[in-house]
Amino acid sequence: MISRAERSANYAILALFAVFALAPIGTVLVTALGPDDASNGGGIANFARAFGAGHFGTYLRMSLLVSVFVVTVSAVLSILSGFALGTMRFRGSTVLFYVFLLGIMMPSEAIVVPLYFDLRALGLTDTFWAVALPQVAQSVAFGTFWMRAFFRTSSRTLVEAARLDGAAPRTILWRVLVPVARPAVTTLVVLTFMWTWNEFLIPLVMVTAEGLRTAPLGLAFFQGQHTQGFTLLAAGAVIVATPVVALYLFLQRQFIAGMLGGAVRE
Amino acid sequence: MKARTTRGSGLGYLYVAPALVVYAAFLLYPLGRSVQLSFYDWDGLTLGRWVGLANYADVLTDDGLRGAFGHALVLIVFYALVPLCVGLVLASILNRAKVRGLPFFRTVVFLPQVVAAVVIAVAWRRIYAPDGPLNSLLHTVGLGSLARAWLGEYDAALPAVGFVGTWFETGLVTVLLLAGASRISPELYEAVRLDGAGPVREFFAVTLPSVRGEVAVALTLTVIAALRTFDLVYVTTRGGPGTSTSVPSYEVYHRAFELGKVGSAAAVGVCLTVVIFAISLAITRVGDRDATS
Repeated sequence: MISRAERSANYAILALFAVFALAPIGTVLVTALGPDDASNGGGIANFARAFGAGHFGTYLRMSLLVSVFVVTVSAVLSILSGFALGTMRFRGSTVLFYVFLLGIMMPSEAIVVPLYFDLRALGLTDTFWAVALPQVAQSVAFGTFWMRAFFRTSSRTLVEAARLDGAAPRTILWRVLVPVARPAVTTLVVLTFMWTWNEFLIPLVMVTAEGLRTAPLGLAFFQGQHTQGFTLLAAGAVIVATPVVALYLFLQRQFIAGMLGGAVRE
Repeated sequence: MKARTTRGSGLGYLYVAPALVVYAAFLLYPLGRSVQLSFYDWDGLTLGRWVGLANYADVLTDDGLRGAFGHALVLIVFYALVPLCVGLVLASILNRAKVRGLPFFRTVVFLPQVVAAVVIAVAWRRIYAPDGPLNSLLHTVGLGSLARAWLGEYDAALPAVGFVGTWFETGLVTVLLLAGASRISPELYEAVRLDGAGPVREFFAVTLPSVRGEVAVALTLTVIAALRTFDLVYVTTRGGPGTSTSVPSYEVYHRAFELGKVGSAAAVGVCLTVVIFAISLAITRVGDRDATS
């Protein structure tokens, strides 16, 4: 029923669309590896030169610290709260769930202005905490939603069985549920890592000291200063994008499932 | 249901408490403070002055702010509507014939979603540059007269920024719709084909009704992304030339941290949040009603 011509046309469409999606990324990669304006050879050496010229070592270190902190803390807090909201019934649990739901849709723009001035009054701007803690709060909103959904749907019989055996809630959570929840937790971790690594507005507002800049922020400043030629800037862009892209290539299923399932749906 | 109740319901609060404390301190409290600040005229340094709803009146009357929200609407067309149309066409074409290599295709077209917006902005700034790849391409194919400084001209800048959104949202929407379309039973298609339906009627009779849920999710994700555009505008145009690409998110930043109009910035942030809540609620409602009817 489906003709050969139609099948070939489908492949052509797939190929065209794939090229469209890859072309801008490819442009950056090719430029980053090409000869620079001073004709200094080019190739892999560009990355080393961009690394030095753009201070990317400092920025990557800050991004890594922030990401590890936000991912770890928010994952633990989300597992705890998702467990309570997903398996226990207590007064106000539904209201609490909706309160957390609010945070998923809330844009950073809604909080960043007072957050800056209040943290400045406390002397906390230009610190690691000003960059990390607001992002923990944002990630906890999604994480609670995500873990609650998992604990609610897939583990009721497990919880019942463990409860009949007389296991304490703490044992049920860490010994029974969390091992089963590994896929959900992995998805949560990769998404939180991606969001934290790529975040721009919060570090832009909270930090002026160069040593506290995250990688995307560092790249934006590097673009501002480095107006001569595009080679080193492209190399810097590749450096900043690589950690998340590499993780995506290994765990693409978790990324795609999480980002599509992350739309607020019950 | 009763069986799920844990004795000593204090335990539930104990488990929620740590998350709730961080969440309340760094999201709920600032949100409340945003609302409070939005009633003041404050430069961030001296004592603020209560102005009531004046900042909100500005959102409705001030040309710059009205323009910013208008630009956001244009971005919604580029981020949500165009990808939705392209995605629907692609998904229904690709779903008719089973093709190999779909997982690879999915990986590729989803890739722009995981690249930092700043990196995307740097890449497209280069592509749009007067001596950049886009203009070279136009010259090569003989359309040199169309070449221009894409991000530097009043009429071209906003569509140019919007097209970047089309580029990175189309993959997401297509992947989503393909997943929905692949669940449609082949018998449905055979039934309408026996009725003599062509590809177009097939699309409206079978494909579109079956992927309503996915359309709702796709619209929610992309519309919110359009309304939250900040990184892209900050890095590519800074709202310029003039204010031709200024958007609400950028106005929040610009007013609070560059112009010293903190109250006005807070009011824009609050309005943006309300719009985002309203739109996602409306889309979810419509999606649900359609799904049950």
